[in-house]
This record gives sequence, C-alpha cells and structure tokens, in this order.
Amino acid sequence: MTQTTAVHGEKVSLLRVLGPGHVWALGVGIVLVGEYMGWNFAVGKGGAIAALIACWVAGLLYTCVAMIDSEVTSTVAAAGGQYAQAKHIVGPLAAFNVGLFLVFAYTMLEAANAITLGYLVQTVGTMAGFEGVSDKPFIVLTILFLAWLNYRGVYATLTFNLVITAIAFIAIVILFAAVKPWGNEVLKLDALLNGLPYGWLGVIASIHFGLWYYLGIEGTCQAAEEVRSPPRSLPLGTMAGMMTLLIAATMTWYVCSGLMPWEYLGQAITPLFDAARLTGSTLLMVLLFVGTMFSTLASANGCINDASRAWFSMGRDHYLPVWFGAVHPKTRTPYRSIVFLVPVALVFAYFAPLDQVITFSILSGLLGYTYMSFNVIMFRKKWPLGMIKRGYEHPFHPLPAIVLLALCALTYFAVFLGYGTQLVAMLVFYIVASLWFAFHRYKYVRRGDQFTMAWPRPQGY
Amino acid sequence: MNSFEILEYVAWAISVLLGLWMLVDLIRTNRAYSEELLLSSREGDIDDALVIDPTHQGANR
Repeated sequence: MTQTTAVHGEKVSLLRVLGPGHVWALGVGIVLVGEYMGWNFAVGKGGAIAALIACWVAGLLYTCVAMIDSEVTSTVAAAGGQYAQAKHIVGPLAAFNVGLFLVFAYTMLEAANAITLGYLVQTVGTMAGFEGVSDKPFIVLTILFLAWLNYRGVYATLTFNLVITAIAFIAIVILFAAVKPWGNEVLKLDALLNGLPYGWLGVIASIHFGLWYYLGIEGTCQAAEEVRSPPRSLPLGTMAGMMTLLIAATMTWYVCSGLMPWEYLGQAITPLFDAARLTGSTLLMVLLFVGTMFSTLASANGCINDASRAWFSMGRDHYLPVWFGAVHPKTRTPYRSIVFLVPVALVFAYFAPLDQVITFSILSGLLGYTYMSFNVIMFRKKWPLGMIKRGYEHPFHPLPAIVLLALCALTYFAVFLGYGTQLVAMLVFYIVASLWFAFHRYKYVRRGDQFTMAWPRPQGY
Repeated sequence: MNSFEILEYVAWAISVLLGLWMLVDLIRTNRAYSEELLLSSREGDIDDALVIDPTHQGANR
C-alpha cells in the first residue's frame, strides 16, 4: 500500500462543524440518563424531600461548574477541555491528573450506560416470555456501535445525539403535562411526602446520588476544537444545557415523588418508566421506554466522544504515547483513541458491578470539579479581566469557586458514608499514576510546545 | 432456538463486524498515510485552509 506523505503545510486536524445545538446535545445527552435512572437512589438515602434538596444543592454545584467552565473554555478552545485548561493555568501534573479524571469519568459512565441498556433489552425479553435471556450481546453491541459512529465523524455522531436527546427530554415534558401537575388528581404529594426519615444526615448522604442529575454537563468543552465559534457556542450550549437539566430534574422529581412511595422509588431501576406505567397510559409507557433507551444511548455516545478527545489531547502533548494523538485524514476524528478505549469500556461493562462503575465515574468527576475551583481562582489571578479576551465572564467571582469547593467537600463526605473503600482505593490509584507521570513520563513532554494559547505573560511573572 | 436467541446472535455478529471494520480501517489508515501527517494536528488549530481531503470538509464548506 502506498504511503501518503505530508507535503509542506499539509496537515489534518479535527473538523470544525459543530454549533451550539451540538454542544447542548453533547452536555445534556451525557446527563439526561441521570433523570431516567440513578437520581432516585438519593430518595433511598434520605427520603423524597432529601432528594429534592440534593437536586438543588447539586444543581448549585453544577451551575458553578458550568459558569466557571464556560469562562475558561471560551478562552482555551482546545480538545481535552479541562485537561487543556489545567495545562495552561496550573501545570503539567495537574493537567495529567485532570486528563485521567476525564477519561475515567466518561469511560466508566459509558460502561454503566451499556450495562443499563443491556439490562433494559434483557427485561423486555423476559417480559415477552423468553427464558435465559442474556444482556451481554447488547452491552457489547452498544459500545461497538457507538464507537463506530464516533469513528465515522463528529457531525453525524452529535446530530444523532441531538435528535435522541431532544426526544428523551420531550418525553419528560409530556409525562409532566400528562399527570396534570396543577392539581392533585393524579399526583399524591400530600400523602406520599414524609419529611426527612433519616434527618439531615440522610440529606447529606443523598447528595452522592444528587450528582446524578447533572453529572457530565462539563463535557461540553471537550468539543472546543470542533465547534465553529468556541467563544459563542460553548457558553451558549453549556448554559442552555444546564437550564434544561434543572428543569428536567425538577419535573422528574415532582412526577416520581407524587406517584410512588419513597420506599419503592428509592430502589427503582427505571423510575420515570415506572411513573409512566402508573399513569395507566400505554402511549406514555412506550414514550418513556423510548426515552429511557434514547437517553442511555445518548449518554454513552457523548461519553465516547469526550473520553476519546481527552485521551487524544494527552497523546498529542506526549503526556501519553504520541501515537494516540493521530487524526483520521478522512473522518477527521481521533480514531486511535476511540478504538483504544473500546476494550477498556468493554472490560468494565462486562465484568464490573454497576454500582462500582458508577461510583468510579462519580468520584473521578468530583475530583475534576475540585480542581476546577482552584483552576478558576488561578486563572483570574494570573490573567485578570481585560488582560485576555473572554467569550463569557462568570459573575460574582470568587463566590462560585468557593461554593463549588465547599459543595465538593460535602459530597466527598457523602460518598465516604457509602463508598469509603472505593474513595480511598481511587485516590491511591491516582497517586500511583501521578508518580508514574512525574518520574517516568514527564521527560517525554515537550514543555514549550504544550502551551498553544496566544496569551500574554501572566501577571506577576 | 427461540427468536430472542437469534436476536442475541445478530447482536454478536454486528458487534464483531463493527469491531473488525474499525480495526481494518485503523490498520489501513496507518499504512496509507505517514505518521508525520497523521500526527500533524495542533491544539486549538483553526486554520482549516490547509487541511487535506476537501471532500471531507463537513457542513461548513
């Protein structure tokens, strides 16, 4: 086979074809599955009221995340998102860790989505009267099909996400309207709400799963190198996504808490689908089942997109073997990173229990959010407003960063209450990885080349 | 063999095909283009005028 060599000036790069709608689809697509399943374990931890408090506390946390992210990403328009931000603002070791947080948070979330989709197909098979139905072929198919879609091109991938995410969101809105939320004809909130059965400790414990309402919205900035106008599209898509999720989360809580007792809701696998079943409407049941499937697919799809961009960026900067930094000349995707992460996701989806996979994802995300609060404070200190052009300036600085840090600390405690061993094990993993990077890998990094933004020298340097 | 088992085999078959498709394309692409070209992407690059393969310029062309 003939080799095509690069002539002077010839190169391949990721394709800039995305608009704000795709950014919205990437962020909301990753997260909306949390409304369809997962958030309700917060009810099991502390009751329905605790889950509502968790919904809003986590909403505040993620609003801070979205605001901070929008400002920094509007200036660091590069694939890798928070990894690229950390590289420019904090330093290499922080960037390496943030890159790993991103890859693991998204790959684990992808695995969790594939497990869920396999479970849903298995349930349909069992309900249809088939015996010995296996979920494994559908888990594998989900990961392979979405990886293939991502391999083929970002425009088709995120347009697909836009369509299925919009359908899943509209399904929630239709269910909300169908239960007539203005009256108590269908919803029985008066009878079903029972205060705080485990007190305020239950509220704190429920925050762990409250994150599920929004986990992954920060993934929008992974598209920075593929959007047509990063300073405009990224803040617009991210903030619109956050508003969508706040609305969807509150609607979901209202409908489910008004239809199911907290003892059931707290351990339901598919709470929104169950809510549709309780209305007795076949149409709503079908719609919410489709919504559940679509939201799961959209989430796994967005996760493959984001994890591969983070891995690709780290390869491109020699933080990982540079082989991963390749772009496909025809599909214009980071094809080697996409293919490399497929077996990683398959191993976790095939062999690991769902709750462990989800906790790994949540903790990796949480570590990333903690870093973001320090990152934005350093960003504003080194490059104050007016020194470099920002597409968006978040208000009330440093309050969002302080609130974010405080809420992260609270959430660590909440996770520790239920998954202390995993928390410690994961911290050990990241410490070992950091030592590997500092003492072995960093010598391969071309220090000057990794700073690509045309920024002035930081204040005080 | 019931119809769900057939569905399971179809899922396995499609998965294998998609996996093989990606692997074959990855190997062919690695062989067809030089490493210099494949690794030529630069962070934050917005100069689309220089990119090769004009048939794959996407919706913005």
